[in-house]
Amino acid sequence: MSGFAAVRLPDARWHPAEVAFWVALAAAPFVFPGHLVLGSQVLITGLFALSLDLILGYAGIVSLGHAAMFGAGAYTAGLLARHGWGEPLSGLAAAAVAGAAIAWATSFIAVRGGDLTRLMVTLGIGLMLYEAANQAARVTGGVDGLSDMAVRDLLGVFPFDLAGRTAYVYSFAVLFAVFLVCRRIVRSPFGLSLRGIRDGARRMPALGSPVRRRLIAIYSVSGAIAGIAGALLAQTTQFVGLEVLGFARSADLLVMLVLGGAGWLYGGLIGAALFMVAQNQLSSMNPVYWQFWLGLLLVAMVFVARGGVVGAIGLARERILGRAAR
Amino acid sequence: MFTSLPGVLFDGVAYGSLLFLMSIGLSVTMGLMRFINLAHGAFAMLGGYVCVVGMARLGVPFLATLPLAFLAAAAAGAVLERALYRRLYRRGPLDQVLFSLGLTLMSVAGATYVWGSGQQPMHLPGFLLGQVRVLGVDLGIYRLFLVALVATITAALVLLVRRTRFGARLRASVDDAQASAGLGIDVTRVFSVTFALGSGLAGLGGALAIDVLGLDPTFPLKYLVYFLLVVVVGGAGSIAGTLAASLLLGLFDVSGKYYVPAAGAFVIYALMVVLLLLFPGGLRRGAR
Repeated sequence: MSGFAAVRLPDARWHPAEVAFWVALAAAPFVFPGHLVLGSQVLITGLFALSLDLILGYAGIVSLGHAAMFGAGAYTAGLLARHGWGEPLSGLAAAAVAGAAIAWATSFIAVRGGDLTRLMVTLGIGLMLYEAANQAARVTGGVDGLSDMAVRDLLGVFPFDLAGRTAYVYSFAVLFAVFLVCRRIVRSPFGLSLRGIRDGARRMPALGSPVRRRLIAIYSVSGAIAGIAGALLAQTTQFVGLEVLGFARSADLLVMLVLGGAGWLYGGLIGAALFMVAQNQLSSMNPVYWQFWLGLLLVAMVFVARGGVVGAIGLARERILGRAAR
Repeated sequence: MFTSLPGVLFDGVAYGSLLFLMSIGLSVTMGLMRFINLAHGAFAMLGGYVCVVGMARLGVPFLATLPLAFLAAAAAGAVLERALYRRLYRRGPLDQVLFSLGLTLMSVAGATYVWGSGQQPMHLPGFLLGQVRVLGVDLGIYRLFLVALVATITAALVLLVRRTRFGARLRASVDDAQASAGLGIDVTRVFSVTFALGSGLAGLGGALAIDVLGLDPTFPLKYLVYFLLVVVVGGAGSIAGTLAASLLLGLFDVSGKYYVPAAGAFVIYALMVVLLLLFPGGLRRGAR
């Protein structure tokens, strides 16, 4: 009934396609050495989409304000680097804490109520944080953004270069590490109970599952990951603009995740890659056309290709395999 | 510029009336079809452009463009409802959000393509300009006109819903679409007519709003939050609730901008979260 990928039973083994996917990501810098800056942006956005997949694809929480946690992480890392704490990894950790804290504090109003209330509350929280950052221009730099960041060398050895080599490797390593954690989470009993809540929130309490606590927990985890993604963006670009908190970021994120297919972890990564490469190509021609085609794509997707790219692949595969088994 | 408290309050009421006109259609369609329509502002924008184009290129007088704005938006609403919206009533909220977000993006890009990205100029006719002094308070004539017009429309809507056969069908369908269909009410047609009416009112509101809120292609996104806020706070499907929420929002927004300009839009977002905290069930109660 829903647009999510088919439920799969937990399986800790790595599918060959998964291995190939990660090998391809690791090999990408050798194939496209000139596009490393875009590449690391894709990885960072993919990480951000992964955080949304945890709450949308697995727990069924629709959010239009996920940029709040992303922005909180970006500003945390940015402000730390600006005021003398330029060590990247600890900045990342601080951003994770900031993202989780914002998510936890707002989860009490964000995870209750129906879908419309959730949409509104997450949208409202996102807009409030945006306005707050805009007004606190002395701290955040307001519309001019936060620059003058002094990010130190990664691990004290690798400086962030203009070509984006360090940024790519750094983003890739963080993405992979977080992905492993997420993969573990969604295959745990906790992850399974989230799917139970998504598919039948009324029945889960009868099984003894504390729905509210579970949702608050996953929302906070998702916030921490979004915070990490924001910090990665801040550290690799050495700049934090107000748009890290913007509505467009939240809306685009939702589009990417659905484009790739929610509820299978890889959907967000694939969606982010497709979205950003297309955006990069089309909006260099004309930003208005990009918006139009994106809108058309969304409408078409809702009517013909629910479940996104990953969902479509999964469906096709199941059909072929199902036929072969018979 | 010094403006007295009654003057600010009156501006708030005028602003709230505009919000009411633009969000009542959204409120009814959300209550009736449970459809999360983020593209509602696009109908308001269409009405605004019909008004501007009618006045500037075709030389239609301002008052005569208002019914045109209503009709154009209502026609667009009717066509889209029949062609697209109807297929998604039974889908989940995520599909509805994505679809209507896509429609909004297309409308923004389309309006930029046709009319350019700038603010549209608005020249009100002379008799709507200036101010009158009522009980020692200077009131803008256009704002008085707005409040009077919206009050008339509200009264007509209440009569329509409470006193006519169509209104009875509408109320029955809102309460329980399935049972109403069982009683022989053509719920699908009630949906279509209501959707067109709501879109038309949004178009009228968009035309009236140019002088107050301005008009550029980002209009549907810029005021999206306001429309949704009105509906969520007022309770979907309720005229009285929508009116109360619109006025409350208008008053807070205008007085916030006058008295604490530094806080900017923060006042309105804070109000929204507080209201949602206080009345988390308001929406659901309204939608039932």
